[in-house]
Amino acid sequence: MAAAPKRPFRWHIVVFLAPAVLVYSAIMILPLAGTLQLSLFRNIDQSQIFVGLANFRTLFGDPNWSVGFWNALRNNVWFFIIHMIVQNPIGVLLAALLSSPRLRFSAFYRTAIFVPTILSFVIVGFAWKLILSPLWGVAPNLMDLVGLKSLFTPWLGKEQYALTTLSLISVWQFVGIPMMLIYAALLSIPEEVIEAAECDGITGMSQFWKIKLPLILPSIGIISILTFVGNFNAFDLIYTAQGALAGPNYSTDILGTFLYRAFFGFQLQVGDPNMGAAIATMMFLIILGGVCVYLFLVQTRLRRYQF
Amino acid sequence: MTTKLLTALLLGTSILGSAGMAYAQDVTLNIESWRGDDLAIWKDKLIPAFEAKNPGIKVVFAPSAPTEYDAAMGAKLAAGSAGDLITCRPFDKSLELFKKGNLADISTLPGMENFSDVAKAAWQTDDGKSSFCVPMASVIHGFIYNKDAFDQLGIKVPTTNEEFYAALDKIKADGTYIPMAMGTKDLWEAATMGYQNIGPNYWKGEEGRTALIKGEQKLTDPQWVAPFAELAKWKPYLGDGFEAQTYPDSQNLFTLGRAAIYPAGSWEIGLFNTQAQFKMGAFPPPVQKAGDTCYISDHTDIGMGLNAASKNADAAKTFLTWVASPDFATIYANALPGFFSLNKTPVKMEDPLAQEFVSWRDKCKSTIRSTYQILGRGTPNLENETWVESANVINGTDTPEAAAKKLQDGLDSWYKPAK
Repeated sequence: MAAAPKRPFRWHIVVFLAPAVLVYSAIMILPLAGTLQLSLFRNIDQSQIFVGLANFRTLFGDPNWSVGFWNALRNNVWFFIIHMIVQNPIGVLLAALLSSPRLRFSAFYRTAIFVPTILSFVIVGFAWKLILSPLWGVAPNLMDLVGLKSLFTPWLGKEQYALTTLSLISVWQFVGIPMMLIYAALLSIPEEVIEAAECDGITGMSQFWKIKLPLILPSIGIISILTFVGNFNAFDLIYTAQGALAGPNYSTDILGTFLYRAFFGFQLQVGDPNMGAAIATMMFLIILGGVCVYLFLVQTRLRRYQF
Repeated sequence: MTTKLLTALLLGTSILGSAGMAYAQDVTLNIESWRGDDLAIWKDKLIPAFEAKNPGIKVVFAPSAPTEYDAAMGAKLAAGSAGDLITCRPFDKSLELFKKGNLADISTLPGMENFSDVAKAAWQTDDGKSSFCVPMASVIHGFIYNKDAFDQLGIKVPTTNEEFYAALDKIKADGTYIPMAMGTKDLWEAATMGYQNIGPNYWKGEEGRTALIKGEQKLTDPQWVAPFAELAKWKPYLGDGFEAQTYPDSQNLFTLGRAAIYPAGSWEIGLFNTQAQFKMGAFPPPVQKAGDTCYISDHTDIGMGLNAASKNADAAKTFLTWVASPDFATIYANALPGFFSLNKTPVKMEDPLAQEFVSWRDKCKSTIRSTYQILGRGTPNLENETWVESANVINGTDTPEAAAKKLQDGLDSWYKPAK
């Protein structure tokens, strides 16, 4: 074959990609690689020694670590389940209500429901701690007004309720995100599809179930995966509301707080960056696994509609 | 605007400061500390008092933020830019600095004889042979009570366990006050103000604490389980919803006059004096039977050591000797009521509540918190586990025996006492 005229190397692609690649590598890829590397070493006599997978063997083999780890993972799963069965259905419901053309003041509701999302965790944690406080909180008084005082307990201080309570606080804070995403998805459904459905006699609830819901399923999938990643990286709310020991009796300990105590230490407990990195690696693998399952098993089966 | 002003001021002071150093013939000592709150006391009272007696030595108190102190100190010591005098955290954090050679051995410093062995224990090697910091202050545990409430209900200050519970029952029956202000939400209240407060009476202070370190006693022995059993009895006397009551909640409950008794550490005195509108008194942890020896937790909290790399070691030693003297103790203890000097010479203090606390040193035997020296090192961490288990016992989710067993099992997993 005759030598085709050599095309000049397209430098502009490299140049345009460079800033993003550099920034992303510097603040995401490098620390991640550093963490993975750290988890394979151990501090012996003031120097870092390569120990292979020994830290992971300790994490899973030594009951002092493994009990804490499985407890944190179990709590984290429950935290995620609450979000999936409470936050996302409520988000979809709110979005469906908001997109109804007959609703007045929808812009106000939309903003009001979204506001908690932009609040700092610290504010949310402290505000709810005060609201639920048995001493000065408004919750006991409000419940008294409607005659439900007997149902009030110091939720954040009871082992059996604390985690669920915190999950619901987190749901309150973040319900705006699924609502916004679904709302956008609902608005993007073309009028023709809705009109065609109406011509076929599908209106009201059945219109939502048969026409709109299938069309927003990809968005619900994205929200689920965002919730999953967010929940397994969660830390701030538990830390501000319950402290680093995630009391009572570790009942609100999730992977984030477990990692924090191991990595940075707490009170007299001296931090162990290597064990911390091992836990961080496990968190990374759990999240990676979850995202892969979603991408390869769920995402590929979702049907897309081209309008 | 304010930041600009602040920067300008800081710049100004640094230039002036270095200019001063360059021209003066005097030796200047720098003190590193995390106690930013004490800046005024050092500048206005302590340093002038020292400089008046020791012309030729200038002292600068340069605190950094508590959360950054340990990391910043480590970096400065490594770089050789740390101050001459270093405020010491108790136990392992300072011991580590000593082992790295950053703190000088001051066992033979004149003035060290002013301190008891318990006082020095926080800044000694495990064998007790070398000391590396001068003990400055400790905090004492006990109970602060609302005197008006006690008078109103006709309750005498309890000295024995029996009287203690009788008093609590009486307050509860009356109903005006919550008998005891304590919550379990923050966990450490239950351990520090509960277990470590009343415990020394059962494990006989230093005797039990050192036996535990030597491995002669176990946390599952009756004298270590008994304080947990007492804590379990406290539950009915705490306020409604104590499970979600935080430490500031407890402080407020008491200073607002809604609770009668507050299991306390002496560091509360300063705050309570400014907030409470009623008369307060204090009593030491009640003993089991009348006539028993009483033991109190007199926990060493803060000390001062000499940077081994200091160029002004002689002047620094002069200063440390002064820190070890009764003069320093008097000024310090009066400026910060509730932080008691560890000096053997009794210090005259103005604050009546502080006087009450410190008077227990004469009639009771002092000890420090059992979970700090040596035992506070490993994983799972005994101190942190004690927080969790003390709260569990009060909440009723663990029996005293189960809690003690968990603590001992955790300790056994890493601690092998020297035989």
